[in-house]
Amino acid sequence: MKTVNLCVVGLMALPVAAQAQTEISWWHAMTGANSEVVEKIAADFNASQSDYVVKPVFKGTYPETLNAGIAAFRAGQAPDIIQVFDVGTGVMMGAQGAIKPVAEVLTEAGFNFDKSEYLPGIVGYYSSPAGEMLSFPYNSSSPILYYNKDIFEKAGLDVNTPPATWAEVWAAARQIKSSGAATCGYTSTWLTWIHTENFAAWNNVSWASNENGLAGTPELAVDGPLFVKHFQEMADLAKEGVFVYGGRTSEAKQNFTSGECGILTESSGGLGDIVKAGINYGIGQLPYDESAEGAPQNTVPGGASLWVMGGKSDEAYKGVGTFFNYLSQTEVQQYLHEVSGYLPVTMAAYEATKSSGFYETNPAREVPITQMMGKEPTENSKGVRAPNLPQIRDILNEEFEKMLAGQQTAQEAMTAAATRGNAAIKDATGG
Amino acid sequence: MRRTVFPHKLLPWLLLAPQLAITLIFFYWPAAQAFRQSVLREDPFGLSSKFVGLANFRKVLNDPAYLNAMQVTVVFSVLVAFFAMGIALFLAVQVEKIIRGKGLYRTLMIWPYAVAPAIAGMLWLFMFNPSFGTLAWPLRQLGIAWNPLLNGDQAMALVVAAATWKQISYNFLFFVAGLQAIPKSLLEAAAIDGATKRHAFWTIVFPLLTPTTFFLLVVNTVYALFDTFGIIHAVTSGGPGKSTETLVYKVYNDGFVNLIMGDSAAQSVILMVIVIALTAFQFRFIEKRVHYG
Repeated sequence: MKTVNLCVVGLMALPVAAQAQTEISWWHAMTGANSEVVEKIAADFNASQSDYVVKPVFKGTYPETLNAGIAAFRAGQAPDIIQVFDVGTGVMMGAQGAIKPVAEVLTEAGFNFDKSEYLPGIVGYYSSPAGEMLSFPYNSSSPILYYNKDIFEKAGLDVNTPPATWAEVWAAARQIKSSGAATCGYTSTWLTWIHTENFAAWNNVSWASNENGLAGTPELAVDGPLFVKHFQEMADLAKEGVFVYGGRTSEAKQNFTSGECGILTESSGGLGDIVKAGINYGIGQLPYDESAEGAPQNTVPGGASLWVMGGKSDEAYKGVGTFFNYLSQTEVQQYLHEVSGYLPVTMAAYEATKSSGFYETNPAREVPITQMMGKEPTENSKGVRAPNLPQIRDILNEEFEKMLAGQQTAQEAMTAAATRGNAAIKDATGG
Repeated sequence: MRRTVFPHKLLPWLLLAPQLAITLIFFYWPAAQAFRQSVLREDPFGLSSKFVGLANFRKVLNDPAYLNAMQVTVVFSVLVAFFAMGIALFLAVQVEKIIRGKGLYRTLMIWPYAVAPAIAGMLWLFMFNPSFGTLAWPLRQLGIAWNPLLNGDQAMALVVAAATWKQISYNFLFFVAGLQAIPKSLLEAAAIDGATKRHAFWTIVFPLLTPTTFFLLVVNTVYALFDTFGIIHAVTSGGPGKSTETLVYKVYNDGFVNLIMGDSAAQSVILMVIVIALTAFQFRFIEKRVHYG
């Protein structure tokens, strides 16, 4: 009799408890160790207060998550928060009415939102041309150089000095190959992100007009002389077998972790796999072109940010605001940075990590931050934006592949990429 | 002959209902959506939508990348259908000759059919990836500059091989069944008349297999056109350049990666027309040469 009574009481209590708590759905694309970070942050937030419950849901790769979000929005079933990768930023920004700016969410939830507390390089990338922060930078990374110290030693190179310029990279890579220390001197992941978008920012040359698309519809400038020179050098290295192409995304990391290649340029977020591979590695800044004036300038962030979907209840927005406020707390950011390898978003978290002595034991972990923060960004180095950036990257990749296969010169490749890319942009903007 | 008349008017409809419902929901409704989308120009979120008539079709058909995808599809489909059917027929004939362990060989031959396309693609990728492939290294030792990441022809060879390997089992199964249906007496009579094995095969076995071959031709064409998406996605993603981008892959890429819904829908409609035309053509012309015995 007693148990029955308890059950009835339990059943009656359940819906009341559920009503009191507002559920916030968070769609994300994090796998492995990074998905555990997502789960932990959500669980900690849920335990820290009793009004809201954040429910993280894994939705596949970055493009799959974005597509799921778009399809759900069209069906009127959008989540409250969705994680969108850097290249999807333009798509989300173009969707006014489908999203709610993060700055607005935080202010309306009663939090004092001060943009200056956030790292300028990151927050600038996720802001509207008018300067309003549109999405919450959850995981940001920046490209750096990794090198295999054992291969460097075998090739007779200085183990403690990573090459700083592209010319030095080419020379070191050739020496690695010719000395027989490894079969491949240099490889790189994400050619578009590292060798065009970051290449432009780091060397302070224009990637596209209108501040690389941040201030309006861009017209690609990737057929500029510095790009052509750089890519011709890479095509020549590919012909000599010194540069080995791995693929369009992060496949080339394999060529480095397997010990086939001596030097790699990759996202700072790729550190985990390189540590796991157990090779004797070193880290350097992203190389720059010494003929570029004012280089190195600063790099631009990659990674993903959290967007708030439109058309939700005030209560839900209050919950999202509370959650984002929690996310930007120093301890949470410090945890995220130290565990996942992504960059901290707030200045306070960066300072706290610094004073904790973390960078003294892990000096390489500061490289991506100093790279991004080194200088006040110019109109060439705030990031790039296009309404159809995924398509632009595809076009660039296709032309690179034809060039590396020896079917065309760098000049032909970059001209074709710019022409095709501009036609696609024009089409996407309905012009 | 007496015509059977069923008294119920409602029952046949009820019995048909599940199949009709499935066809309506999973075929007619999406097809209608594709038609609707193909005459609209929309942003990814569907916030603004404009009727553009046939402009999407004009754009797609004038796009050199689309013509390239057509070429790629023709080359890919012909190669896959030819090799998958040719090798399966050869293996089926060889297995028939085996006296002991026939069942074991058959089972082993049928196995790959259980492998999902994406997994089949990954298997071949692991064998032939230029940086970590187990068979890529010996290839390079033989002096072959193996790099499907940059060489379009090698990439094509790789996806054709993976797609063919996966389909051989299915074809094999049907050819074995077809071979078993051929009366032994015909072959014995041919042997008595002094026909060689080869002669008997081409004049008796092959013609009697034409219904099976024709059925498989239709199935293999449809397979090469649609079901190979997973393999291409896993192995090359349409690259290098656009050298393995088939029509179906382009529909996916334009719609779900580049988020150009109108173009993608127009391409699906064109694809639907192509498949209907192709199947109709096969039934109209090739079937005439089929010998149903």
